[in-house]
Order: sequence, then C-alpha cells, then structure tokens
Amino acid sequence: MTETTVRVLSPQDAIDRVGATLKRRNRSELKFQWLGKSAIGLALAFLVLLFAAIFSNGIPGLFQHYVTFDVTLDKARLDPAGDMSPSSLYSGDAEALVREGFLAALGNPEGRTKTRAARGILSSGSAQRFVDFVLDNPDAMGQTVAVKFAVDDDIDSFLRGFIKRETPESDRRINDQVIAFVDKLQADGRISYELSDYLFFGSASRDAEMAGIRGALIGSILTLFICVIIAFPLGVATAVYLEEIAPKNRITEIIEININNLAAVPSVVFGIMGLAIFIVTFGMPRSIPLVGGIVLALMTLPTIIISSRAAIRSVPPSIRDAALGVGASKMQTIFHHVIPLAMPGMLTGTIIGMAQALGETAPLLMIGMVAFIVDVPGSVTDPGTVLPVQIFMWADFAERMFVQKTSAAIIVLLAFLIVMNASAIWLRKKLERRW
Amino acid sequence: MSMLSLTLIVLVIGAAYFWISQRTVVAMRATGQHRLHSLPHYYGLWTASVATLPALILMLLIAIGQSLLFKSWVQEFYPPELVGQDSFNEAIVLAKVMNVVAGIDFGTPEPWVTAAGEAWIRWSATGNTLMVATVLSISVVGGFFAYRKISPEFRSRNAVERILLWMLGFSSTVAIITTIGIVLSVLFESIRFFRLVPFDEFVFGLTWNPQFEGAERAGSGQMGLATYGMVPLFAGTILISIVALVVAVPVGLFSAIYLAEYASQTVRSVVKPLLEILAGVPTVVYGFFAALTVAPIVKMAGESIGLTVASESALAAGLVMGVMIIPFVSSLSDDVINAVPQSLRDAAYGLGSTKSECVRQVILPAALPGIVAAVILAVSRAIGETMIVVMAAGLAANLSFNPLDAVTTVTSQIVTILVGDQEFESAKTLSAFALALILIIITLGLNFFALQIVKKYREQYD
Repeated sequence: MTETTVRVLSPQDAIDRVGATLKRRNRSELKFQWLGKSAIGLALAFLVLLFAAIFSNGIPGLFQHYVTFDVTLDKARLDPAGDMSPSSLYSGDAEALVREGFLAALGNPEGRTKTRAARGILSSGSAQRFVDFVLDNPDAMGQTVAVKFAVDDDIDSFLRGFIKRETPESDRRINDQVIAFVDKLQADGRISYELSDYLFFGSASRDAEMAGIRGALIGSILTLFICVIIAFPLGVATAVYLEEIAPKNRITEIIEININNLAAVPSVVFGIMGLAIFIVTFGMPRSIPLVGGIVLALMTLPTIIISSRAAIRSVPPSIRDAALGVGASKMQTIFHHVIPLAMPGMLTGTIIGMAQALGETAPLLMIGMVAFIVDVPGSVTDPGTVLPVQIFMWADFAERMFVQKTSAAIIVLLAFLIVMNASAIWLRKKLERRW
Repeated sequence: MSMLSLTLIVLVIGAAYFWISQRTVVAMRATGQHRLHSLPHYYGLWTASVATLPALILMLLIAIGQSLLFKSWVQEFYPPELVGQDSFNEAIVLAKVMNVVAGIDFGTPEPWVTAAGEAWIRWSATGNTLMVATVLSISVVGGFFAYRKISPEFRSRNAVERILLWMLGFSSTVAIITTIGIVLSVLFESIRFFRLVPFDEFVFGLTWNPQFEGAERAGSGQMGLATYGMVPLFAGTILISIVALVVAVPVGLFSAIYLAEYASQTVRSVVKPLLEILAGVPTVVYGFFAALTVAPIVKMAGESIGLTVASESALAAGLVMGVMIIPFVSSLSDDVINAVPQSLRDAAYGLGSTKSECVRQVILPAALPGIVAAVILAVSRAIGETMIVVMAAGLAANLSFNPLDAVTTVTSQIVTILVGDQEFESAKTLSAFALALILIIITLGLNFFALQIVKKYREQYD
C-alpha cells in the first residue's frame, strides 16, 4: 500500500517562508515602479527639451531690430510720373532718399568707407519698404517724416549679441566703423526691438531680415483646402460603404487590406507617386498646391476612413432599426440618421488627418514645392510652397537670424496644429453622445 | 474657359433642373389627380444628378485625354534625334514647349519649340471650345431627357439611391486605385533602372556613389564611376533605426506599463495627452531639433570623453527618431496591456504576487504578441521616416556600424536625388525609384508580419 504524504505547512511556516523573501520582493517592486516613472519622466523631459529649444530660439525670432529716422518725401524725385502709381514710385529715386535720410541721421559722415559702412546697416529691402510706406500714406507727400526700417541681419545678430564686439575685426562679419555707427544710432534711441512685421507679411527671401512666411502660409491653406475637399467626401463615403453597404466578400476584404496598407506606406512614397503620375504622366505643373493637395489627400485618406468607420460603428443598431421600422429606405437610414449621428467622430478624424497633412513635408518635396518662390500663390494652380517646407528650406541657411526665424515659423506651425487638435478634442467632447 | 468656371456652370444647370423638376412634380401633386411615388426633392435630385454627373466625369476625361493627346501630337515637331525617348526626357522637352505656351521666355527658344508651342496653343483653344460645347450640351440634354422621364409613377427615390450606391462604391475603390498607382509608378521606373544596373549589383553592392556623368547615361551601357550598391544605405537605415528603438522601446513600454497598471486616473489623464503631443509634432520640427540642438550636444558629449563624433552622427538622428516613436510604442502597448483581462490580474494577486511580479509573469507574457507587433510597426515607422534623417543624418554613404559616424539612409537618398534639378534620363534619378520600391516592400512586409503575429498568437479570453 502506498502512503501519500501530504505536507501541510503550518501558518507560521508559511508566514516565515513568505517573510524570508518579502523584503527582496518589495524592493524589486519599488525598483519596477521607479523604472516606469523614470521612463515617463524621460519622455516628458524630451518633450520639455524639444519645446525649450524651439521656444528659446523662436520667441526672439518673432521680433527683430528696426531703425527709425527722418526721410523727406520729395515728390519730384519719388514720383517721376506724378500719378502716385506703384510703377512710378518703383522707378523713382526712393533708394537715394532713404540713404540721404539715413546718412543725415548718422551726422552726414564723409568718405567712401564710412558711407559704405552706413549703407550696410540698413536692410536691402529698405527702398521697397519706403515705397510701400508712401503708398500707404499718400498724404505725407512733401513732408519729412520718421520712418521705421529693418536693419540688416548681421546688425540684428550684433545687437542680439551673437556677433561679439570682442572678436578681432578681421574675423567679424561687420567692421569697427559699422559698430561705431550702430552705437551712435543706439545712443540716439533710434534702434527699436519690435514684433517683426516681415515675418508674417513678408514673402520668401534670401535676406534673413526680410524673410516671411506669408506665401508659405497661404500655400498651406490652399493645399489643405484641396486636401480636405478631396479626402473628406471620399473618406466618409468609403467608410459608409464599408460599414453599411458592402457585402462581406473578397472585394471588400481586398479594399480593407488596401486601406491598412496605405496607412503603412511611408509618406515619401506618396510624393514619388505624385511625381510619377500627376507630374510626369499627366503633365501637371510642378510646385502647385493642387497636386500637393491631391497627394496629401491620398495620404490622409486611411486616417479619415478608419476614424469614420469607428464613428459609424459607434452608432447603435437600434437607431437603424427604428428608422427602417418606420419605413425609411436603407439610404435614408444612412443619410438621415447614421451619418448625422456619426458626424462628430468623422469630423474629429478629419481634423486630425488635416493636422497630419499640415505638418507633412517629405511628399511635398518630391513634387517640387521646395522651389524658391517669392510670389504669394493666388490660386491652387500657382506655384507655391507650404509652411513645413519653408521651415525645411530656412533650416538650411547658415545665417544666425534664420535659425531664429525658422524657430518662429515652427512656433506658428505648432500653434496651428494645437488649434486644430484642440478643436478636434472640443468637438468630440461637445458633440459626442454616449448611447 | 477654365475647368473651374465650367464646373460651376454645370452645377448651376444642375440646380436649375433640380428646381424645375421639383416644381413640376409639386404642381402635379397639387392637381390632386396623382400620387407621387417619391418625395418631390427626389425628382429634383434625379434630374440634377443626370445633368451634372456625366458631364463632370466627361470633363475630367476630356481634360486628361487632351493633355495626353497633345503630348503625342507635339512629338511631330521634335527634331528626329529627340523622338522616341523615355518619359523623363520627354518631360523636359515638354517643359520647354509649355514655357512657350505659358508665354514665359527663357532666351530665344529653338524654332521648332516655338512652332510646337504655337500649335499647342491652337489645339488647346480648339480643344477647349470642344470641351465646353460637349460638356454643356451633355449636361443640358441629359438633364432634359431625365426631366422628360419624370412622371408621378417614376420611382425617382430608387433611381437616386442607385446613383448614390454607385458613388459610395466607387469611393471605396480609390484606396485600391491609389495602391495600384503607387506600385505601378515605382515599378516601371525600377524596371528601367534594373536594365541599367544589374539587380544583384544593386542589392549586394557595397558602395553607393551615384553620379551624373556622360558615361553612365542611359543607353551608353558604360557605368563610369557611379556605383549603385544599396548595402551602405540599408546599413545606415538599420543603424539609425536600432538607435531609435533602443530609445523608444524601453521608454515607451515602461511608460505604457506604468500608465496602465500603476498610475492613478489623474496622472493618466495628464500624461497620456502629453505623450500624444510628441506624436503630433511634425517631423520637420524633429529634424530641425536634431540638427540644431541634439547633434551638437552629442558631438560635445562624445568629444569630452575623447571620442571622435561626426557632426551629423547616426546617434543624434536615431535619438530624435526614437523620441518621435515613443508615443507610437507606448499607445500601442497600452492598448494591448489594457486588453489583458482583469481576471488574470486578480488570479495573480490572489496567489500573493506583487504588482510587478504580476506584470512580469502574467501580463507581459499575455500581451507579448501585441507588444512584438507594436515594436515591428515602430521599426517600419523608423525605416520610412524621412525628414529627420534628411536634416540630421549625413549624405555620406559610409558602410559603418558605429553610431558616432555619419551614415545615410534610403529615404534621405531618395529625397536628395529627387529634389532640385534632375537630369531625368539617368540611372541616378531612376535609382530613387528602385530604392522606393525596396522601401515599400520592406515596410509592407513588416506590416504584414506584425499582423500575422497578432493573428497567430492572440489569446482568446472570454
């Protein structure tokens, strides 16, 4: 007869056994928790570092230095044709008037080296700015008025302390004479540090002090407009078809696999497709928001479809049954009940997709939206660029001031993204219904 | 007349038909003799859609057909040596002609270019008139016939719903069309590339040195100094991806575990959106951050301990890319961990395990397939990521596994080759398409693989 021995631990034994390792186990528990906390801490530290780097450069980038001095608006020289038309003003002698005013402000220095040094202080766009001023203030004609001009980007960097006075003259981008003039202007209180008007209203420029994001911003808006009018209807229609109508068969399955695949394709590949199909095969022009919008629409389509499907699925079947029960047709059920109820979710998905499209760069590089375009695009078929691509281009320029302008442009881009995402969250909170 | 104004006119015609039809059937109903089959607006919608949809589709087809047709006609003007070339060179010649058409002068174009441009302008004037005439007449006539069909017995609701059904069904095929478009556009150019450069040389070659040179032009068959071996590019891509994963997987995974198992509701509701912000930051911003802030820090830190660090090191690009995919790993892992049923946790706690023991010995094994899939998806993300590497990694195709060296990647080479002035008919340009083909195959393969893992190893708890 076999004897089965059942070993029974006494309660005290059990407590002892657990107690023997309990300390170690609790320690490892704490260690594990600490690991989790430090992982989150690390991720958040990266976030803080990222934003600190952008904002510490970008906030100063929103501002720039200006110099104010008196300019005589001599009608005869400024407006040779005498009709105050822009073409007449541009052919006039605005540049010399600005130069004379500026030299007067510096106490009319003598000698070529001095005048050349003085000329380098003003931004090369000063004459243009003066003409714009005259166009805005035709009443000032004939008077002598104080006008505000931007300083050259090297001077700006000097005033911010990036170009140091202590550096030997030969290694410095600006010479001692220029510094002496800048000191005089500063002592006279002519130099001011103000919110940059060029940043928001200027177009693309190689001169850092005049470069602005207006053209890129309008390009972005046009591109997103094309993107949303294509992607939203297509995305919603696809979602409705797949959720409400499509029979469960092979074709439907293929469509679903395709949508998932499209979501996984790297964005740069969409750009290559745009280049090969729209530009090379269809012969559409390069750099236009129309092509950019189409490419981005195809790219964001999966996002919109997936979120719209989720929104449609969250509409309870009882709604459909009720509609069908009172005699609505299938399409009436869908269009009168399901789509309106799913709309908040669909819109949220669309806004998130658009935010994604707004930040996208790589596919637009492929279709040539990286070209240097000074004109602000007026329609979707004018060549243009977009904000992220502008940031990419500016990031390549070596001037110190471009670093700050790039960061400032990034702040603008992030502000748009935050507004879009916040409105998506708000929309969801406001309109979401729990069934 | 531009296509936009033509579209607007067609829409106005449609609106007019809508109004007329609706009025007509309402008048019929008002006589009291008829009972309408459908609501009045369905009659309006029926005529309006017959008046607009075929016309608009026709307009698109004509517009596309015209440009293709003109392109083949314009070849008659080309001097003999330019005829019969590949599509890319055609694009350049065509661009010259289009400049004449658009009235942009770059110096004095050759006489044949001017002639071709003038012919194009004539054709497009005629084509435009024809298009406007056909589209408008199709719209008006189609609408008229639809209107004639209207009678109280006409089942307009069913007709409109059938049209809607077709439109919805068509929309869902756009995804397929796009996929086909992507595959075909990349495939054709890749095949042409592989005619110039042997496939095995491309896949196994150890040096990447694309150049524009007369000698390696298409057709001449001589490859000159240019070599197209993609191994260094892939080594670089993998190196940067590994650095990224070393950052993203532990940080993302532990964040997810902490948020799912330990954090209070308040902490969760604050930290989760903060992590999501990292996912919402555009990649160009990460690229700028990597090039401007992280790369100098890495270089300084490395040199302070006596290492030579390239100023565009793989480490800097990889670190930033890792930060970018942290939220990707953490949110996917979070979903998987939350999907493990509570009963498993309760059972573990019932046996006396601590929380971390429960996580390590019960939850993680149960969630493992999902976590592996998340990591694979993160890899595919890292491989396809473009802007960070374009801005922060170098262009030197070094075959190196030292993260302190400068390496280049597949995506950054694609961008470098295809941005800016291209000499289209060259192996260099075509090589970008071949790289893209390989990129698509790898990312889709990884995706498929991740899906299979989830499908195969998913535990069914119920």
